[in-house]
Amino acid sequence: MIGITAYGAYIPRYRIGREVFRQAWGMQYSPGERAVAYYDEDSVTMAHAAAVDCLGNANAGGMEALFLASTTLPYKEKQMASLLAAAMDLPATVRTADFTDSLRAGTLAMSSALDAVKSGSAPRVLVVSADCRMGIPTSAREQIFGDGAAAFRFGHEDVAVEIEASHSVNTEITDVWRRNRDPFPSGWEDRWAILYGYLAPLQEAIKGLLEKTGRTPKDFSRVILPAPDYRSHQELVRSLGFDPKAQAQDPLLNTIGATGAAHAPMMLAAALESAKAGERILLANYGNGADAFALRITENIRKIKPFRGIAAHLKSKRPLGSYERFLRWREVVEVEGSRRQQPFSSPTVLYRESGWLLPLKGSKCRRCGLMDFPPQRVCYQCGSKDAFDLIPLAKTGKVFTYTEDYLTGAAFEEFAGTVVLDLDGGGRFRALTSETEAGETHIDMPMELVFRKIHEGAGYNNYFWKARPTR
Amino acid sequence: MKDRVAIIGMGCTKFGENWLDGPYDMIVDAAWEAFEDAGIEAKDLQAVWLGTQQWGDAGMSVANALKLHEIPVTRVENFCASGSDAFRNAVIGILSGLYDIVMAIGFEKLKDWGLRGLPENPGTAHPVLYSPTGPGYFAFSATRYMYTYGIDRTPLAHIAVKNHHNGNLNPKAHYHRELTIEQVLTAPMIAYPFGLFDCCTVADGASAAILCRADMADRFRKDYILVKGMGLANSPRNQSPLHDYLGFPATVAAAKQAYAYAGIKNPAEEISCAEVHDCFTWTEISNYEDLGFIEKGQGWKWALDGTTTLEGRLPVNMDGGLKCFGHPVGASGIRMHYEIYKQLQGKAGSRQIKNPRLGLTHTLGAVVSGVTVIGLP
Repeated sequence: MIGITAYGAYIPRYRIGREVFRQAWGMQYSPGERAVAYYDEDSVTMAHAAAVDCLGNANAGGMEALFLASTTLPYKEKQMASLLAAAMDLPATVRTADFTDSLRAGTLAMSSALDAVKSGSAPRVLVVSADCRMGIPTSAREQIFGDGAAAFRFGHEDVAVEIEASHSVNTEITDVWRRNRDPFPSGWEDRWAILYGYLAPLQEAIKGLLEKTGRTPKDFSRVILPAPDYRSHQELVRSLGFDPKAQAQDPLLNTIGATGAAHAPMMLAAALESAKAGERILLANYGNGADAFALRITENIRKIKPFRGIAAHLKSKRPLGSYERFLRWREVVEVEGSRRQQPFSSPTVLYRESGWLLPLKGSKCRRCGLMDFPPQRVCYQCGSKDAFDLIPLAKTGKVFTYTEDYLTGAAFEEFAGTVVLDLDGGGRFRALTSETEAGETHIDMPMELVFRKIHEGAGYNNYFWKARPTR
Repeated sequence: MKDRVAIIGMGCTKFGENWLDGPYDMIVDAAWEAFEDAGIEAKDLQAVWLGTQQWGDAGMSVANALKLHEIPVTRVENFCASGSDAFRNAVIGILSGLYDIVMAIGFEKLKDWGLRGLPENPGTAHPVLYSPTGPGYFAFSATRYMYTYGIDRTPLAHIAVKNHHNGNLNPKAHYHRELTIEQVLTAPMIAYPFGLFDCCTVADGASAAILCRADMADRFRKDYILVKGMGLANSPRNQSPLHDYLGFPATVAAAKQAYAYAGIKNPAEEISCAEVHDCFTWTEISNYEDLGFIEKGQGWKWALDGTTTLEGRLPVNMDGGLKCFGHPVGASGIRMHYEIYKQLQGKAGSRQIKNPRLGLTHTLGAVVSGVTVIGLP
């Protein structure tokens, strides 16, 4: 049996109410709110958060391959799955790959994972899907898009969700597109794009799957259909003969938004959180064609729970407040920079320190036991030289002291929150904070370490760990 | 060491946003004031130590500005203690027996860069490990101190008010403006708990000291001043995971060295006045404690009770301090000597304190501190 052996999800904490767009532009295309990645988040950092939600910081159960799926990876040339592997402290033998360019990237990565498991080339594969798309200001896409991620491990032992069958079609169509140089997607006339880019390929793929398996819509307790908008979702559900109320999985459009390559995976994560053994679920996805999967829930579903999953992440939220802040975070508007030096970076330093920097390992003195970060060759406490082991730092701790630095400022917020964190299990970590509002931080506040983008010094993205109030 | 080296001349430019002065202008102005004060000429110098942190073209910046030919000019860099360390090396030059007359000079030109605050040190920059700004670094300690001893920002504000009052009496200070507690407490935040007026000024400036063997000092002037003791300590303890963030071990160690040379047992009783490193208001409070004037956790009381005002029992930062006089990094250590020298000679004008005999200077670069005790013969 081949299928899902672990899963997790991630939703950014900040949400923007759709009425904020109406206040800005006079138009509101949909109700509810959407999730907004914090200014230091992107597809890679959200993918990391979902992977941690799935397997924990110690990568419980391990993997032989790691696939990252997104249409918004920050590079055209340079792999991002390898960065994810570094932050997750995975062994060099793990095969890493990026799946990009299509909203189907997430489900295509799942198909490849299933093939790898089936062939034995990678008995365990983690597939992480994340997206952070921006619609052009005033557009419906600006309002309906949302940011998030989901992670699934595929394998053949202790399978909780069996993948019984799958069926795919491809369609060459220019319905929605974003060229290399475009910051926002463009689309052809809506009705035509929905009809031939969304409805037709999904209907064809699902029809093919039902024929292949000999099942009918009644055999499935739920159908997971991501959608570019609520009305198209309803139209598709009805056209396929599913009951919109009883069978259709919530497309999360009013709470998170359309999360691109992560949309179908996040809906699947949400479905699994309440799935019972024996249930059959139909999962489909679209984007220059469509993928459809027949899933069966096994008894093992009770044994695998994400750390927070969709449900807890949905509840843990904070209003973004203003449209201007949204534009600033996403760099749609340029703001006055602080009168400070440009941040420094050097790939040679990052490469040299790769053994402990992104995997976040400290030195533990073999003689006196002192834990320190960054690792020290000579112990602060007992002075012994090169007598240490590299130990992963705990990702939780308490604030020993802090400040809010308005001199540093940032292109994205008025101040840089910074803390000295006493980590659980030893070690001090001096860090920038993330997701802290003015006056929020205090001594003894519990915080957790999250992997985030720090700056673009030397012309590339620099990532590291920040401290965030525990969600 | 005690009483073997004399200060026979000192100079100091106005500190501040010296937009129209280049670094060489300030070096020339500070050096010539010192030469004239000592009654010597540039050609009398046998060696020079230069303290500068951000701006400096090795020893050449001073050799070229002053046209010092074929003598050693050594650049010393030790964060905010650069000037103190240049002074210390000049003293050691005399003590070594190699030289009779030397100069210590410090300068910094910060206002040509168009940046707020101090530039980051390129030598210690790391791509992603967080390196705090000056205020961000000291704020970590101030926050922890305020939490530990249960105080609010008010004692800190009193330091700003005191030092601006003193600086206002000083023509060479960066700012001439009295502050109120209310103004300090409501100023824009720079790095909590430091508002704008809790932070020292970023300034340009230069300062110079002419030193000679004590046994030849009265050939130059009758009111020379003697070096009684000095200390310098680098301490990585602040960076250690065991640091309590309540003070500065480097200051404690440097003061201990200086007091041992000077034979000082009870600094709060024996020292007449002090120029200390008030890079931020809270730092001055910590300095009272780290220098051994008062117990740890009690220094904030001195900020409130007037002990360190011009009229107080132990006046501190009579010239306005880094806070109001300004902080051109490499120039600050020697500027402090300049103020104590003038106070001991009774030449401090409207900010003159009564009958000082022994004064202390103290600079602090968080992990490095320099302390010097100078006094009347």
